[in-house]
Order: sequence, then structure tokens, then C-alpha cells
Amino acid sequence: MTTQSSILQVENIATRFRTQDGLVHAVNGISFDLKKGELLGVVGESGSGKSVTMMSLLKLLPMPPAEIVSGTAKFEDQDLIQLDTNQLRKIRGGKIGFIFQDPMTSLNPVLTIGYQLAEPMREHLGLSHGEARKRSGELLDLVGIPMAESRLNDYPHQFSGGMRQRVMIAIALACDPKVLIADEPTTALDVTIQAQILDIIKRLRKELGMAIIWITHDLGVVAGMADRVAVMYGGFIVEEATVNELYANPKHPYTQALLKTLPNLEGEREDRLESIIGQPPDLHQKPLSCPFAPRCSKAFERCLNENPNFISRGKNHKVACWWNPDSGEKV
Amino acid sequence: MISEERSILLKVEGLTKHFPITKGIFRKQVGAVKAVDGISFDIFKGETLGLVGESGCGKSTAGRVILQLYPASKGKVTFKGRDLMSLSKENLRKQRPHMQMIFQDPQDSLNPRMTVGSIISEPMIEHAKFKGRDRRERVEQLLESVGMNREFTNRYPHEFSGGQRQRIGIARALALSPEFIICDEPIAALDVSIQAQVVNLLEDLQEEYGLTYLFISHDLSMIRHIADRVAVMYLGKIVELANSESLYSSPLHPYTQALLSAVPSHDPKKEKKRERMILVGDVPSPANPPSGCNFNTRCPRAEKRCSIDPPEWRQISPGHQVACHLVQ
Repeated sequence: MTTQSSILQVENIATRFRTQDGLVHAVNGISFDLKKGELLGVVGESGSGKSVTMMSLLKLLPMPPAEIVSGTAKFEDQDLIQLDTNQLRKIRGGKIGFIFQDPMTSLNPVLTIGYQLAEPMREHLGLSHGEARKRSGELLDLVGIPMAESRLNDYPHQFSGGMRQRVMIAIALACDPKVLIADEPTTALDVTIQAQILDIIKRLRKELGMAIIWITHDLGVVAGMADRVAVMYGGFIVEEATVNELYANPKHPYTQALLKTLPNLEGEREDRLESIIGQPPDLHQKPLSCPFAPRCSKAFERCLNENPNFISRGKNHKVACWWNPDSGEKV
Repeated sequence: MISEERSILLKVEGLTKHFPITKGIFRKQVGAVKAVDGISFDIFKGETLGLVGESGCGKSTAGRVILQLYPASKGKVTFKGRDLMSLSKENLRKQRPHMQMIFQDPQDSLNPRMTVGSIISEPMIEHAKFKGRDRRERVEQLLESVGMNREFTNRYPHEFSGGQRQRIGIARALALSPEFIICDEPIAALDVSIQAQVVNLLEDLQEEYGLTYLFISHDLSMIRHIADRVAVMYLGKIVELANSESLYSSPLHPYTQALLSAVPSHDPKKEKKRERMILVGDVPSPANPPSGCNFNTRCPRAEKRCSIDPPEWRQISPGHQVACHLVQ
């Protein structure tokens, strides 16, 4: 999986918000490569900048207050950041699909499911009414909605939460996207329904072969789905590695601590959970030092004064930390 | 845990809560949402009983009915030998200091216009415990015991993060030195790195003050960590109850099995090999539950009798109870 070509190359994206209380530094220079057909998991807690990063790529943020300060995002020889709204509209929902967290609020309650499914296909693929409707039925069938055809005239409120999320997936897949960005698609769902959705995504990935960026705060979901994982904290990617490597051999103190705070479902029951002291960072402060330093057990003077570079430590493994986890050396 | 000497602190028998569905201008009752439909269990002194289930299964309603925050439709709740439902309003109020609740959302459960000090001292004023300087001293001491600075008494809730607000909620619940606390999804709204802090705090407080918890959650791994015994709820009924070890190592009810198999593990190697039991369909509406066993519409092993007879609540081995026809 190492030599595949990239489909999306993101470099040094930084986004901030102008608010009444001053600037909020939400994303502070994020770079990553998405390979063809790969599933990249982006993990982080609330406020770590994972959603803002992805929304910046397609300018889905209200601007102002948001502003993209720097960065490029190369997708099919175009820089997404430089495109204007009209050009972006051709890509959004077409070659790049988006699934949002909350299926309750991301569907329009006064339009039928059939209309909402057909809309992107008529817009992007130029399908006629009839063709679009036929394909809508097929799509609903693909995501496992029973009696798909007969449900096209139903409204969102007639579907349950899990069913609505399936509809969202169907809409995102309507135009055969090259890249699918899924922003916490199962967070609002119950575990048994989540299992259904994860199963569908796994199957569709095999059938359709698109690349997926999966944003989540749930380390368990990513473990089962992703090829590669990026861990975000305070608007930075602090660690990135293949999924097996990251869970077996985490190198950033934050990732290490985060994995230890999780209780086990099997095996020995832990006496006491390890916890990370302190609070998540205040994003009003300029990101001039390592964002995790105040909570980090390994932090030393340099961590408080200088932002660590994102460097390679081992094969397919990158870490942004002044402390070398292998030698214990403070660089 | 000395199992011989365990005394029952709270006994719940056949507890039922039906919310009426009304229609027309005369509000004639045409049906009922069977949120809690006849649940029974004991809670022993000093233990943590976990109550798990998916959203809408009635676990929060159960918690609220136990504390008589909603009047129950049927059933009996005995707390320290007193039948809570037969108590007069005034006598029930006198019991309140002994049983408290920690709510899910620290954002909504703290009054934004009150200072932290007045939030925590309100129950003491209400029940005329601690006065003047004693009360101030008590508030500061409570703040300290939940890991916060004594100086915070004059601040407002919005000045704190989610995890800190939850600590304030916990301090308020502790104000009257209760014996029993219902924790209703206390960590669901918190970030992963903060969840462990709050759970550890709850465990420390339990040890220090000898508290008994009913811990309501949908997070199966956290329940396994914190609970001594676990009750699994589905559509208003408890389907399985066992001590935490045997429930997680040998779940008997098909729903418990499916629930456990649906939780993603944080080990990618195990996860890839894992055979998942995926339930079809959605949870039926509690206003119109299926006949027979509640779970029969989604159960992969359902037989004919499952849709006809409701299963009996049986003890399979000491302390392990289940409601399923198929368990031998």
C-alpha cells in the first residue's frame, strides 16, 4: 500500500476564526496525503480541528468569521483552496462527497428523500429526471434500505436515525466520488446501528474503491476501519502512522496517554484508569509551542518555547514531538 | 466485597412507567409509551450497579422513576426499608438528601446565573443543613474533594470546561452526604481524555464516602470498568443481569451478545479477525412493542414461541439472571 499515488495532497492548511473574543487558531498548518482507495482515519477530541480542516478544503465554513490563512490542497491538478465558489460547487457532492455527523439536521425536512438523492446527480452528471430517479432507487438499495423504490417519496422524518444516515451515505455516493469525507458519521448512532453502518461502508469501499477520510473521536471505530491514522491535537497533526503501527507502537505522548485512558472490553479489568491531567488547549493563544506540553508527562523546556517539527520516526510513522520515544532522548 | 454480608440498600420491584399518548381536545388516552415496563432488581450497599442500553431503552427514565422525579405507573421502590411511593410529599422530601443524581449534560444541569458557590450550597439551604460560615467551609471543602480550587466559589458555570462543570455537578450531589447516587450518563458529553478523570473521581469518592451508585450509560467498556454488576435493558425491560465478569465473559441473552459484539475494540489486529454479530433493523417503538419477547423482531435466534410468550425472568446461575426462552 506504500507506492500508491495520491489523490489528495494537503499542505500546510491553517484556518482561524475572527471572533469577538479575538482570533481562534483552529487549524495550524496541517499536511497529509490521501492515497487512492485508502481509508485515512483522523482522530481527535472536540476542538482539535479535525472537522475544520476538512471543511476548509471545500470552503464549507462561513467566511467570515473563518479565514484560510495558508495552504494548498491538490486534487486532480487543481488547488482546491484557490478555486472560487462556482468551481468548488462542481466538486462538492460530485467528485468529493461529504457525510456529516448529524443525519437529523443535514437532510432538508421539506423535500422528499428521492428529490434530495436525485439533485446532485442532475446537477453534476446531467441526468434526466427519470434516470436520476432510477439511480436513486438503486442507491438506496445499495445502502441496504428495504423496499428502496417505494421509499423515494418519503420525507426524512419518516426514517429512523440509522436509516437517515444511510440516506446521507447514498447521497454522498450518488455521483461516484473519488474522495469521500465522513465527519463523525456514526457518533449520533447507537452501537448496534453503528455496527450496521460500518459494515455498509466496508462493503461499499470494496465495491466502489473510493478513498475515504474518516473523522472521529472514537479510537475503536478507526482501529477496525482505517489503513492509516492521523491523530490531531490543538489544531496540529501530532502523529501519523499505519493503523497497526499506531496502536501497537504509539510514539507521541498524547497518543500513548489517550490509548491508555480507554477501558478494555475484554481481558484483565484495570484497577484504575490512567487519565490525562489538565484541560484541552485554549485556541485563542497563538500556537507557538507544543499544544500538548502543559499536559505532557515528558515535557521539558523546549516544548514550552518551540513548536516541534513533524518528522519521520520509523517506517510510515511521523511524529511531532521533541522527545524521542525510542531513545528517550530530548532532542 | 464480602458477599455474605451485603445488605440491600434499594429494592426495585416491577417498576413501570407508561407515558400516556393523548388525542383530541378532551385529551383522551389512546395509547402509552411503555418507557419502563416492569423492571426488578436490588442494589446492595456500597456497590455500583451498571445499567446499560441503547438510546430510548428507558434507562434514564428508570433512574428518574426510582428517585420519584416522575411518578411511577406501577411497582414498588424500597429505599432502606421505606416504600418511597407510599411516602407523603413531605416525608419523601426528607429522604431526598440520602439519594442524589448526577446528570448527563453539565451544561444544562447548572443554572448559568448562579455562582458555583450558590449552586453547591442550594441543597444545604433547602434542607437546612450547615449554616453561615460552616456552609461556606463545606462548599470549599466539597470543591476540593472533586479536585477543584477552593477559590472558584464566586465564578459562574460558563467559565469552566465540560469536565470541570461535571465536577461541580458532582460536588452538588455530594453536598448533603448522600448514600446513594444515580449517575445518569455522567461522562457521555465529555471528551475521551476527560472521561477517565471523572470516572476516577467517582471511584475515589465512592471509596471515601462509602457511596452506592446506579451508573447509567451506553458505554459498555466504561460500565465494565466501573460496575460490580450490570443490568442490560432493551425496550423498557431488563433482559439480563449478572456480575460484570460473567456478563462480559459469557453473555447469555442474544441482545447482550449482539451489543458486546458491536462495540469496536481498539486493537486493529483483533478487529480485523473479528466476526461481528450484526442485528437487522431498528429498535421498535416503545409505544407499540412486539408481542412475546420484546427482542424477537431483531433476534437472530428467534423461534416461534418467542413472538407469542413473553420470556420469564429466570436465574441461570447464582447472581446471573436472564429473560430468554432459548437459554438453558
